[in-house]
Amino acid sequence: MTKAAGVAEGDKITEVAEGLTAVPVGYDVRDVEQFLYREARFADESDYDSWEALWTDDALYWVPAGNDSADPMQQMSVIYDNRNRISTRLKQLRTGRRYAQAPPSNLRRMITNIELLGGRAAASVGGTDLEVGANFLVLESRARGNHLWGGRVTYRLRRVDGALRMSYKKVVLMDRDKPIPTMGFLI
Amino acid sequence: MTTVRPPNLGVQRSSHVAPLIKHDKVHGSLYTDPAIFADELQKIWYRSWIFVGHESEVAQPGDYVRKRLGLQDVIMTRDRDGEVHLLLNRCAHRGNQVCDDAKGNSATFRCPYHGWTYRNTGELIGFPFFKGYGGRKLDLAMGRVSRVDSYHGFVFGSFAEEGPSLTEHLGAAAGEIDRLARLSPQGRVELTAGWLQHATGANWKLLAENETDGYHPQFVHGSIFGVTGSTIGPLYSDASTAVTRDLRNGHSENDLRPEFRKFAEPMRWFGTTEDRVPDYVAAMRELHGDAADQILIEGAPHVMIFPNLFIAEIQVFNIQPVSVNQCVQYSTAVQLAGAQELNKRMVSQCVGSVGPAGMLLADDTEMYERNQLGIESLQPEWLDVRRGLQRERIDDNGFTIGSATDETGMRGFWSHYASLMEAP
Repeated sequence: MTKAAGVAEGDKITEVAEGLTAVPVGYDVRDVEQFLYREARFADESDYDSWEALWTDDALYWVPAGNDSADPMQQMSVIYDNRNRISTRLKQLRTGRRYAQAPPSNLRRMITNIELLGGRAAASVGGTDLEVGANFLVLESRARGNHLWGGRVTYRLRRVDGALRMSYKKVVLMDRDKPIPTMGFLI
Repeated sequence: MTTVRPPNLGVQRSSHVAPLIKHDKVHGSLYTDPAIFADELQKIWYRSWIFVGHESEVAQPGDYVRKRLGLQDVIMTRDRDGEVHLLLNRCAHRGNQVCDDAKGNSATFRCPYHGWTYRNTGELIGFPFFKGYGGRKLDLAMGRVSRVDSYHGFVFGSFAEEGPSLTEHLGAAAGEIDRLARLSPQGRVELTAGWLQHATGANWKLLAENETDGYHPQFVHGSIFGVTGSTIGPLYSDASTAVTRDLRNGHSENDLRPEFRKFAEPMRWFGTTEDRVPDYVAAMRELHGDAADQILIEGAPHVMIFPNLFIAEIQVFNIQPVSVNQCVQYSTAVQLAGAQELNKRMVSQCVGSVGPAGMLLADDTEMYERNQLGIESLQPEWLDVRRGLQRERIDDNGFTIGSATDETGMRGFWSHYASLMEAP
C-alpha cells in the first residue's frame, strides 16, 4: 500500500517530495545501506564490472551542472548517461587509455545521512522504486593534486530477481556553480 | 560617463617574447613565466577582441549573466533598448561587487554595501544621503569594457578604446561562423544550454594550440573512437584529405569538408542520416533549394578564433585564463534556431563529449595538465612546431594550408601572438 505525500501515518508525519509516494514495503534500511556502501566501494576501487552489474536496464546516471532542476534534455550536465552510455563510459575506462583515469585516481568516499525518502513510480517496469537520499564526500588523490568532492546523492533502488539494483543515481555537487577539475572517476 | 581605462596591473613590462618564438619552435617559458602571463593580460586579454558570451544568453531586456574576461568579473546585460553591455562588477564607491547572482533579470544593480544603484548600462542613478556629496549627481559610473560588438550573436569585448574593428579582427574566421549559422533553418545560432565550467591546470595557450591540432585525436581519443566505432578518427589520419588552414590573425581551422564531400552524404558530419532528421532536412531544402545538399554535406566548422573561442562543429568553448598555469574551459552545445530535431541531440552528444567528465575533453584536459608539468622540466627548452612545414602550400584564396595532421594552425597562432606581444 502506498500513501499520498505528507499524509499522517499514525503519530508519524511522512514528509515526502513531489512525485513521491510513501516508502514501499519490503525494504530494510540496513540492506539498503549495505548496498550503497558496496556501490561506493566498487566505484572507489574502479571495479567497473561489479559496478556495472548493480544497474538496471533502464538506468540513469546524472550529475547536473548549475541548476540541478533544469531539464537535462535542454541544459548541459556534467554527466547524463542512460544505460547505453554507462556501458560506453565503462568500455572506455577498461581500455586503459582513458587518460583522464589512467592511471586511476586513488579514491575513498563516505556516505552519510542515509534516508529512505519514499516510493517513485518506475514507468518502464510498472513498479515502484525506493528513493534514497544521502550526503557524501569523496577524497580523490591524483598527480594533479587532491580534490574533495562533496554533495547530495539520490538513488532509486529496486529488487530484480530478489537482489537490490540501482535504476537511478543523481549526484548534485556542492561545487556545481563553480569551475570543477576533471572528474574521470565514477562519482 | 567617465572614461574607463584598461585594468592596470602595475609596472608596464617589456615582454621580449620575440626571441622565444621561432617559425619552427617556441620556448617553454612562454607557458611558465608569470611575467609573460602578466604581459599577456595587458597586451592580449585587455586589448584584443575577446569572446565573452552570446546574445541569446540575455535574450530579453533586463537579462544579465555573469561572465569572465581575462581575470575580470564581467556582467553582460541587455538594456531596455536591446543593447548589450559588458560591465565590470565593481561599485564606483568602494569597489564592492554589485552583482552576486550568476544570472537574472533586473534593470538595475544595487550595491549591498552603501546602497548605490546603477542602471544596467552602468550609469549611476542614485546613492543614499546625497547631502553628504553636496548634490544628487556624481561623475561616477561602473567600469565597462570599452568596445562591445557581436557577430551572429557571439559577443566580443575589447578594452582598447581604438583598434581593429571586430570584423577586421575576425577576418576570414567570420566566414566559419557564417557556415555555422547557415545550418539553422532560421539562420540563427543560440547558446542557451548553459555552460560547463572545467577547471584546467594548464596555460591557456596549450588549449588554443590543441584546438586545431589534427595530430592528437587518434592517440588521445583512441579509447573512445575504438569503443564507439566513431568515424572521426580517419578525418585526422595520414590518409585524410582534410586540411589545416591558417586563417590569419591567429585564427585557424581544420577544414574537414574535403572528406565530407568525398562521401557526399548529407548529415554525415553530424553522425546521422537525413531520414533520421526529416523535418530539419525538409526545412533546409525549403530554404536553400539546390544549395541545401552542399550545406548538409559540408556541415559545421572546426575553427579556433584567437585567443579564446573554439567552435568544434556542435560544441562551443570559451577559454579564459586564471594564472600562468591555470585556466577555465567553458563549454556548451550549439543550438540552431528552428532545428528542434537536432537541438536535443546536440545537447546529448555535447554532454557525452565535453566538460569535466566528457569522454573526449577530459582526456584532452589530462594532456594539457601533463603538458604543463612536462614543460616545467628545464630540458629541452623548446617545443617543436615544425610538423608539415615542408609540405605547406597556399590555397586558392591565398591562405597557408597544411595536411590534416600538420601544425600549420599553431604557427599561425604564434605569429599573431608575437605581433600583439611586441606591439607598443
